[in-house]
Amino acid sequence: MTAVLTRVGLALGLPVVLVAVWWFASAGSTDFFFPPLRTIVEVFGPTWFGERLVDDVLPSLGRLAAGYAAALVLGVGLGVLIGSNRWVRAVTEPVLEFLRAIPPPVLVPVLMLVAGIGNGMKILVIISGCVWPILLNTVAGVRAVDGVLEDTCRTYRIRGTLRWRHLVLRSASPQIVTGARQALSVGIILMVISEMFAASSGLGFTVIQFKDGFQIPEMWSGVILLGLLGVLLSMLFRVVEHQVLSWYHGSRTAQKER
Amino acid sequence: MLTVDGLGKVYASHGRRVEAIGDLSFEVETGSFVCIVGPSGCGKTTLLRCCAGLLPPTSGTVTLSGSPVTGPPEGLAVVFQEYGRSLFPWLRVADNVDLPLRAAGVDRAERRRLVDEALDAVGLGDAHRAYPWQLSGGMQQRVAIARAIAYQPRVLLMDEPFAAVDAQTRADLEDLVRSVWQRLGVTLVFVTHDIDEAVYLGQRVIMLTSSPTRVAEDLTIDLPDERDQLTTRGDPRFTELRGRVYAQIQKAKLEGKAR
Repeated sequence: MTAVLTRVGLALGLPVVLVAVWWFASAGSTDFFFPPLRTIVEVFGPTWFGERLVDDVLPSLGRLAAGYAAALVLGVGLGVLIGSNRWVRAVTEPVLEFLRAIPPPVLVPVLMLVAGIGNGMKILVIISGCVWPILLNTVAGVRAVDGVLEDTCRTYRIRGTLRWRHLVLRSASPQIVTGARQALSVGIILMVISEMFAASSGLGFTVIQFKDGFQIPEMWSGVILLGLLGVLLSMLFRVVEHQVLSWYHGSRTAQKER
Repeated sequence: MLTVDGLGKVYASHGRRVEAIGDLSFEVETGSFVCIVGPSGCGKTTLLRCCAGLLPPTSGTVTLSGSPVTGPPEGLAVVFQEYGRSLFPWLRVADNVDLPLRAAGVDRAERRRLVDEALDAVGLGDAHRAYPWQLSGGMQQRVAIARAIAYQPRVLLMDEPFAAVDAQTRADLEDLVRSVWQRLGVTLVFVTHDIDEAVYLGQRVIMLTSSPTRVAEDLTIDLPDERDQLTTRGDPRFTELRGRVYAQIQKAKLEGKAR
């Protein structure tokens, strides 16, 4: 119990200090662009918990979810294909290096031409950034399948779907999760960026609109909301990771203790 | 019958040619228990992997019941030395034992029965829901043995399975393997570098030379079928056989150095 309290205390300590510093340092601020934190907090509720929640926040998160999910399916699928076949790898590697080096925001104008300015384009932008860390980590994970386990599957004639599910995907899962974690932060960034071009709704769009309308406290509240969403999503990610990789963390701890 | 005929294996990479196995020929009768010993680095594992169809030989053939081994044959199980790496760490003990049966298309009720029986046979009847890494090394190797038992193979190959477990666990596991062999009537090929273990376990001990490997001697172990750690190891005949194997291995080592 005390251990849990200590952990919570450690995790919350620095944020509390930082918020307090911001609160008191900005308390008497008359600078138009750096309003008191108190003002920002006051506008936070009215700004976001009204119709903007339905009109802007949820659509943004929906596009993030769609893009992220598609990138997961695509990245893991292609990663398994590329990782388990030497020839496919030799052919695709140079192309992958090229594509991966393109910063996804640059693709926004291109994707606008192809997919218009609707949800499709924004989801494509998110996919185009999220897919790389997942894909490349999956390739590395699939390539690193243990030789003894591979031999075990061969002698016991574990093939096809059973082999993909129980050998390849599970051995690669620690790396896939690493890729997915990187992709999540990339996804949040691209969710915002995709809404800064030719958009009519969304978190990124709203923040830009507040800036253009000189609604500075509202703008700041949007920045804070994005940060909070990031924290929330990463906590959610940890819960999923804990489920998927409990064997991995367990076996690592067991090895260290021996 | 498992027949190894003129088997040779050369590893060639980066312009270097390493002749792991020179020219090996021997036969293993169906249902017999044969131990293979040799000095370390003599290609025992290579031989076993060739027998299992995991490694194509450079020359010669391996034949199992008349058909040549070109890939892992049906009805053959292997227990690897690296127990920690041959069990699926993401599957519970029972699921590890179960997976080959699922792959073989055995129906659910039958699988359950086989898994229960196999885990009981190795003394792990209460470890079904544990993960392999929660068990000690010896227990992990028991799980690997249980997986082989449940699979009901005709041929069981074991590659230095007890090299990494402590001496007391090792004695227990040796007796376990003897009883499994007697009960299943399986053809068992057991590779080891431990001379005592080879003599204690096998009906026959095949001694290998240093690489390039050949058969140095093929010795019948005429100890009674009922063996136990105390009386068998105290038997003067055991000491005699052990001495003979030891001398042969020493000779092989010296010849290996002289070459």
